Amino acid sequence: MGDDAKLPLDNWHRAQGARMVGFAGYAMPIQYEGIMAEHLWTRESAGLFDVSHMGQLIVSGREAAKALETVLPGEIRKLGAERMRYSLLLAPDGGIVDDLMVTRLADAGPESFGLAEGEAPDADGEYFYLVVNGATKHGDIAYLRETLPDDIHIRHLEGRALLALQGPKAGTALARLVPDTASLYFMQAGGFIWSRDAGDVGLWISRSGYTGEDGFEISVAAGHAEALAEALAGQAEVKPVGLGARDSLRLEAGLPLYGHDIDTETTPVEADLGFALSKRRREAADFPGAARILAQRENGADRKRVGLTIEGRQPVREGATVVNGDDNAAGKVTSGGFSPSLQQPIAMAYVPAGDTAPGTVITLEQRGKPFTGTVTPMPFVPHRYHRQPKQ
Amino acid sequence: MARYFTEDHEWIDVDGDHATIGITDYAQEQLGDIVFVEVPESGTMLEQGGEAAVVESVKAASDVYAPVSGEVTEGNDALADDPALVNGSPEEEGWFFRMTLADAGQLEGLMDAKAYKAFVDSL
Repeated sequence: MGDDAKLPLDNWHRAQGARMVGFAGYAMPIQYEGIMAEHLWTRESAGLFDVSHMGQLIVSGREAAKALETVLPGEIRKLGAERMRYSLLLAPDGGIVDDLMVTRLADAGPESFGLAEGEAPDADGEYFYLVVNGATKHGDIAYLRETLPDDIHIRHLEGRALLALQGPKAGTALARLVPDTASLYFMQAGGFIWSRDAGDVGLWISRSGYTGEDGFEISVAAGHAEALAEALAGQAEVKPVGLGARDSLRLEAGLPLYGHDIDTETTPVEADLGFALSKRRREAADFPGAARILAQRENGADRKRVGLTIEGRQPVREGATVVNGDDNAAGKVTSGGFSPSLQQPIAMAYVPAGDTAPGTVITLEQRGKPFTGTVTPMPFVPHRYHRQPKQ
Repeated sequence: MARYFTEDHEWIDVDGDHATIGITDYAQEQLGDIVFVEVPESGTMLEQGGEAAVVESVKAASDVYAPVSGEVTEGNDALADDPALVNGSPEEEGWFFRMTLADAGQLEGLMDAKAYKAFVDSL
C-alpha cells in the first residue's frame, strides 16, 4: 500500500476513521463504520463517496461527436447539451475496453472545468466530458489518442476530485449547498456555483451514480475537495461511505464492474448491455465490432451475464464455476456477495445461452462445494432514479 | 485454563486435553460484518495449520485454521443462525468449535495474550 498514490481527500478520509486500501493504484477508503451500516444508510438516507480515482476527460474538437462514435456504439451526435449517457469503449473486435459516462457540454462547459481561455482548440468545437474507470483510464487515453483523429483534443483533468452523493436524501442535502441542483433530473448535468463566505466554488454536477439510488456526481478542483466533502458530510442526511459498500450497492443495482463483470473478452450483447447500442448506430452498423455484435444480437450469444440469487446464507464470489448438467465448466461468477438490503447472497455470472431465463436453476461450485443459484432479473433492488416526467 | 493465540488470529482456550477455538477481536474487526460461518462437524480430524472453518463477511471469505491437531467434539451451532455473534462477542459467545488436543506440545509454538498484542501492534 506504500506505493499507492494519494488522492486529494486522503487526509480527510483518515480523519473520518476510514480504513484505507490500495485500489486502482490509489489509497482509497474501503469503509468507515462498516460496510453493512454504510450500505443501508445509503439506501435510506445519503452516502458520500470519494471516486477521485476515476478518470475525468474532456474530448473536444470540431467533429468530436463523430470521432467518439468511431469508438462508442451510442448516439453521441444527437446527444443534447448537458445530457449524458452510459456508453462502452469498444475494441475493434467488439470487446469492451471500458464502460463510461459521456456528457455533451454546452458552450460554456469548458469554463466549468476551469479550462483557460485559448485552451479551447476551436471556438466552434464540440466538447464532451467523459468519466472512465480508474484502473483503465491511462489505457483508455492511449487508445483514444491512437484511434481518434489528430485534431481531436483529449485532456485528462488530473487536478480534479470526484465525489458521489447517493441516496434518497441526496437531493435534499445537496440543494442546501447548491439550491439550483434541484432542477436536475437523472442523466442531466451542468456547471453550478457553490456560494460560501470563503468564496464561490465552481462545480460540475451530474444527477447520476452507481448505486441505483437518486444521487449526484460532483467534479471539483482538488484544492476545494476537502471543503466540499466537509460541507456535504456536515449535512444531517449524509455519512461518508467507502468502496466496500459502493461494491455491494452496485451489485444489488445490477450494474457491472469493469474488470470483473465486463472486459475485453466480453461483448455488449454477452454482457446484457444491449441498451448501450443506439438504434441509429445499429442500423448504420458503424461501431467497432459491429458485425460480430449485431450477429450476436440477432442470433443470440453463446453466453450471457445474468443475476443469480443464491440458496442459503453463504455467498459465492468472483471465480466460482457455473456447472451444467455434464459437470463441465459452463461459465463463471464474475461478482458475488451478501446483499445487505435483501439479507441473502446474490451474484452476477455468465451462463450458457439456454440457461438465461428467470427462474432457471443454476448449479455452481466454489472451492469444491456445490451451490444452487436461481436466475433473477436485475436489478435485485429496484432503481429509484429521479427521472424527468414524460412530456 | 490458558488462552493462546496464532498469527492467523485464532484464539484457543485450553483446559486439560480439550480446547475451544474462535477468532480474535482483531480478526472480526478486520473482517467487518460477518454474514456466514461454517464450523466443522464433530468427529472431524484436524491437522495443525489445516483449514477448519470458513467465515464470510459482506466483502470476502476467509479460512479459519486449526491451531493444533485433534478431533472436533462440537461446532457452535448458534453461528449458523446468528453469524454476527462473531462480531459482537468474538472471544466468548462467538466461539467456533471445540476439539481434543492430539499433542499438547504444539501449544508451545503459540503466543500468549501479551505476545499476541505485541504481534497485532506490529501489523
